[in-house]
This record gives sequence, structure tokens and C-alpha cells, in this order.
Amino acid sequence: MSITYLEAIQAAQDRALGEDDSVYIYGQDVGSFGGAFKATKNLAAKYPGRVIDAPISEDAMVGSAVGATAEGMRPVLEMQFADFSTIAINQICNQAATQFWRTGIPCPITVRLPSGGTEGGGPFHSQSMEAIYAQYPGLIVLTPATVEDAYSMLLEAIAIDDPVVFCEHKYLYYHLKADQLPDQNLPVGKARIARAGKHATVVTYSAMVHEALRAADELAEEGWDIEIVDLRSVKPIDTDTILASVARTGRLLCVSEAFPWGGVNAEVISRVTSEGFHLLDAPPKRLNAKDTPIPFHPDLWKTHRPASQSIAASLRDLLRY
Amino acid sequence: MAEANIKEGKEPLCESGSHYQAAFRYMLLARIFEERTASLYRAGKVVGGVFMGKGQEAFSVGLALALDQSRGDVYGPLIRDQAGRLAFGEALIDAARTYLGSVEGPMRARDGNVHRGDILKGMIPMISHLGSHISVVSGRLIGKRFRGQKDIVGGVCLGDGATSTGAFHEALNQAAIEKLPLVIAVADNQFAYSTPSERQFACADLVDRAIGYGIEGHSVDGTDLSLCLETFAKATARARAGHGPQLVVGHLLRLCGHGEHDDAAYISEEKKQGAFGRDCIEVARQHLIDSGWSTSDEIEQWTSEIQQQVEEATLCAQRESGPDPFQETWQALATTRLAEGLIEGSPGQ
Ligand SMILES: Cc1ncc(C[n+]2csc(CCOP(=O)(O)OP(=O)(O)O)c2C)c(N)n1
Repeated sequence: MSITYLEAIQAAQDRALGEDDSVYIYGQDVGSFGGAFKATKNLAAKYPGRVIDAPISEDAMVGSAVGATAEGMRPVLEMQFADFSTIAINQICNQAATQFWRTGIPCPITVRLPSGGTEGGGPFHSQSMEAIYAQYPGLIVLTPATVEDAYSMLLEAIAIDDPVVFCEHKYLYYHLKADQLPDQNLPVGKARIARAGKHATVVTYSAMVHEALRAADELAEEGWDIEIVDLRSVKPIDTDTILASVARTGRLLCVSEAFPWGGVNAEVISRVTSEGFHLLDAPPKRLNAKDTPIPFHPDLWKTHRPASQSIAASLRDLLRY
Repeated sequence: MAEANIKEGKEPLCESGSHYQAAFRYMLLARIFEERTASLYRAGKVVGGVFMGKGQEAFSVGLALALDQSRGDVYGPLIRDQAGRLAFGEALIDAARTYLGSVEGPMRARDGNVHRGDILKGMIPMISHLGSHISVVSGRLIGKRFRGQKDIVGGVCLGDGATSTGAFHEALNQAAIEKLPLVIAVADNQFAYSTPSERQFACADLVDRAIGYGIEGHSVDGTDLSLCLETFAKATARARAGHGPQLVVGHLLRLCGHGEHDDAAYISEEKKQGAFGRDCIEVARQHLIDSGWSTSDEIEQWTSEIQQQVEEATLCAQRESGPDPFQETWQALATTRLAEGLIEGSPGQ
């Protein structure tokens, strides 16, 4: 049996609906149609009345989910694309994220964001929004890079008593396959060493983990051993695992598909320089998408975002220092 | 106008002496409390701001008294709903504590003034962003529907300005699709801060929007307590009986500044003298006397009792401690294991 990243997301929702009758799914076209990407395929029929089509009203989708949690529900929301969650930012960042701190009453909603670029996606169907949400107190932001993580972390997201922004990468939906779904996995909040090495550390997450792995293969042929840390969760960030890796390698490259200003890369570099400055043998580097909207044409898009070649080139610079 | 939709069924007339008296006393309590809070603000004892519901008490109390907290009804008040909050069941001391920054208050001094509520008791703690609490009330109704709870109504309050938000539109449309038992009370007080209604919307009466959403609408003179009680009783009964969302627009005038920092010099004399410029409390007081339900001596008696009650609440809240930054958890997550700063090895605080 082989299962894709997308199927893992469907399976996690299937299991959550089956195990907990307070779970329901709400999003555009998620009902009998099964969602724009089919992440809720067959679920409406299997769980009548619990997989509900929403109007194109991201604000009201999230606002109503927040209200439903007060009645003991655990809503799972699907944004059709991460990009459209901007319409819901107020409800996510000001309503959901502030509730526990203001009132002591938890707000367990999960907001699924089909994220990241694909060929031909263009400026408004390609964005990576994790840093925007991570900036707000009161949210947990997850960025699974593997089929196993997509499954176990989504189940954990639904069980967590806080609002979770679940950034699932569209490029990985069909490209990534696993033999089976995991019974056990690392918990949310722990990073994973995706590849062990000793000459430099790449800290990355989501689809970029796979680009970094390819870059590491390339560098291995040149005699370099690259360690890759897959953050899994960008908020919280597992600073421990990052520092331990930098302690082993002395060199750090951060890679993210998001826009360059601020963000996860900047956060990781800031933590490493302030807490692990003495561990560094070279100035830390970062690689992001370019500071323009995301281009439509595949040739432009491939250059806009980091990819194995640009990661390999950055690593060579870092190793030469 | 959408009101024309509502013909069938004579709802029981809610106007009885005792009901009217009870409503009036909440109005008076709200007015006197807010005036006291405003003077504490001017004396520098209240920080942030004070936002009064002066002139809107009848409309506010109308909705809240039509709801029943004990059966599970939900209430989403906004800035000018002190009267409604009290009528729905808020303890006066909780209002005083939140204004005065007591840690004993429902928001533990983490939030202030009108940004308070009690989720477990069905009162939504509004955030500032106008329009965003409507869908939260809807969500509670959706949650209750999942839980099989029946005959429940949600009431939500806002001003004319908030009807211009995308959140308002999304929420009304969503509530209409889901046929939720939601009563939306719009207090058209002719101003949003300093912006007059003609710069806010271009329809003749905001109730006309009900038609576009496919919901029932009611328009009422918000300065007349009898009409407010009656209209909300009717709208709430319709919602409870499964007729879907009810939009109730009250026509009135804000008889104060936007907040106590604002002298509202932009409100013209003409508006103040206009049909909706009268003070609903004076109108109700007169009605109590004219109908023989109360004497002016009795009303005087209530007033001094209420003054006493307000004095006690504000004094008590003032005596209580404010928050201690060193006792704060500084934790925004319910899941302690995942709170940044507490994770092993993450930046120490
Ligand atoms: C989305 C949003 N924009 C701006 C504000 C700032 N603001 C607070 S109250 C207010 C006026 C509100 O007018 P209205 O809705 O008519 O209510 P009223 O104050 O008249 O009761 C404004 C502009 C806000 N709170 N929320």
C-alpha cells in the first residue's frame, strides 16, 4: 500500500471525525464535492451533517468556529488556499488567538491552509503564510514535511486545546508517498533530524526539506556531510534541536519558501546567534523566496523560490567561509 | 420595507407593568453606572476609555430581556449595551471591576472597559473589531444545534457603522444560509464616531438589507421602551420558532460622545431636537407614571437605591488589587507544553 500526503490529510480527518463526535469540518466545497484538492473526499457521505459547505466567507467561517468551541465542538476549517486566509486573519489572530489569554477558556480550532507554490499557481494561489500567524501570540503553527507528519500532526492539531494553523504544502500533496500511516510519531513541538551530517546544518520545513535533501545529496558527492533539521512546527520552534545541530556542525543555513522580510529564517538565526553565537564558525545564512509576488510562469517561479540548486550554492558559500 | 413581511401571528403582548418596570430599572442602573464611570474616568481613575450607551438603553434592554440565559440563549453585546448586559445577567460588580482594572473581574485586568463577557454564561466577550462577534454568536448556535439543543436564540448587538464591515455581511449571509435563530439588533444612532449615517450607508433604512439576505426585518423607534420590548419579543419568538435570523433596526440618537473623550460637537441641534433625539429614559419614566404603574416618588426611591448600589460596586472594585505583573503567567496558550518560553531550551524569559 502506498499513501500520499494528501491522502494522509484525508485519513487524519476521517479518523478524527470517527473518534470524536465534537469534530466537524467546514469549508468551501468540502461537502459532497470533497474539497478543491479532495482532502475531504467521501467524508460528507460517511459523516452526514458534519462536513459542511461554507459560503465564500473566510471571516465568518472562522468566527463561527470560535463560537462553536464554546459549545464543546472542535471545528476543522479548510481554507481553499492559504492565500485566502488573509480574509480571516482578524478572526484567527484577534478572535481565536486572544480568547484563552483574555478569558481562560480554550479555543480548539484547526485551520487548514493549503500552502506554498506549485507550477502555474501565481501570486494568489502560492503563498506561505506561516510567519504571519506565528507572529501572533496564542496560535500554534505547524508545517509538516512528510506524509507521516501530515497525518499525525493533523490529528494532534485537532486534539490540541489551542487554535492551530496547519500549513500543508500543496506541492507535497501528490509528490510525496509513504508505505503506511504511522502509529506513533514525534509530538508537535519537536523538530526532526531529517538527515544527519557534520559540516553544516540546514534548518528548514515543509516542501523545502525535500529541496534541501536533494542539495545535500549533491554536496555529498563533493565530500560534504550536511545535516538537515526539519522544524515540523514553526511555532513553537524547537530551539534545542537546532542548537544541538549547530553545535555539531558550526555552520547554519536557514531555508524557507516564504518571503524574505522577517519570518521563520530570521527567527531561527536570531535565536542561534543570541544563544549559540559561540557555536558558530561562520556567519549564519538564509535563503528565502524573492521579495516580489509569486510569479505565474513555471520558469519564473522556479527561480523565485529556493530550490536544490540555490540551496547547494548557498551551502558551498557557507562551507567556503 | 422588510417589516411588511411580518404579519402573521399576534405575539403575546409583553407590556405589563412589572416587565416594563424591570426594564426601566436596568436602564436606570446602566445610566447611573456609566455616569459614575465617566466621572471616575475624568478623575483619572479609569484608564483607556469610557463608552456610554446614553440614549440607547431602551433598545439595548429590549433585546436582552427577550433572551433567557437560563435556557441557554447567547448574547453578544457591543460598546453601548451596558443596559442589555445587566438585563442578560451581568453582575454590576463585574462591569465595575473591568473598568477599574481589578484582578477579580472576569477579564482579570487583561482586558478592560466594554471588552468583557462570560463565555460559560453565554455572554460573548467582544473584541474591538466591529462586526466580528456576529459570526461568533452564530457559531454558538451552530454548536448548540450539533449538541441537539433546541429552542435557543442568539442575540447580537451592533451600531450602524458596524453594518459597513465585511464581517457583518459575511455573518448575516452565513446566518441566513444556516437559518440560525439569531436576532441582530442594529442601533442606528445616526453616527459612527463622528461619521454621520449618510456617509455610512445609502439605503433608506438599514432594515431594507434584510430583504437582500432573505431574512425577516423589523424597524423600531429605539427611544420608546414599549415598542422596543414588543419588537424584540416578537423577533425573538420568530427566531425561536424556526423562522431564521431577524434583523431589528432601532432608530435613535447617541446622546453622548463616542467615548467620554469626545464632546460630540458635530451632532447638530437639529438632530438633538429631532424625532429620535429624545431620551429613552425620560420617555419611559413618563410612561410609567402616565400608565399608573409607578409614581414619581417610587422612581425617586429606585434612583437612590441604584446610586447606592453603584457607589458600592465602584468602591469595592477600587479597593481590590490590580494585576501583579510578577504573578502573571504571560502564557497565551492553553497547552502549557507548547508555550514558547516554556519549551526546554527556547529563549528564557
Ligand atoms: C473594524 C473596526 N474599525 C474601526 C474601529 C474603530 N471604531 C470603534 S467604534 C467606531 C464607531 C462605531 O460606530 P457604530 O458601529 O455606528 O457604533 P456606535 O459607536 O455608534 O454605537 C469605530 C470607527 C473598530 N473598532 N473596528
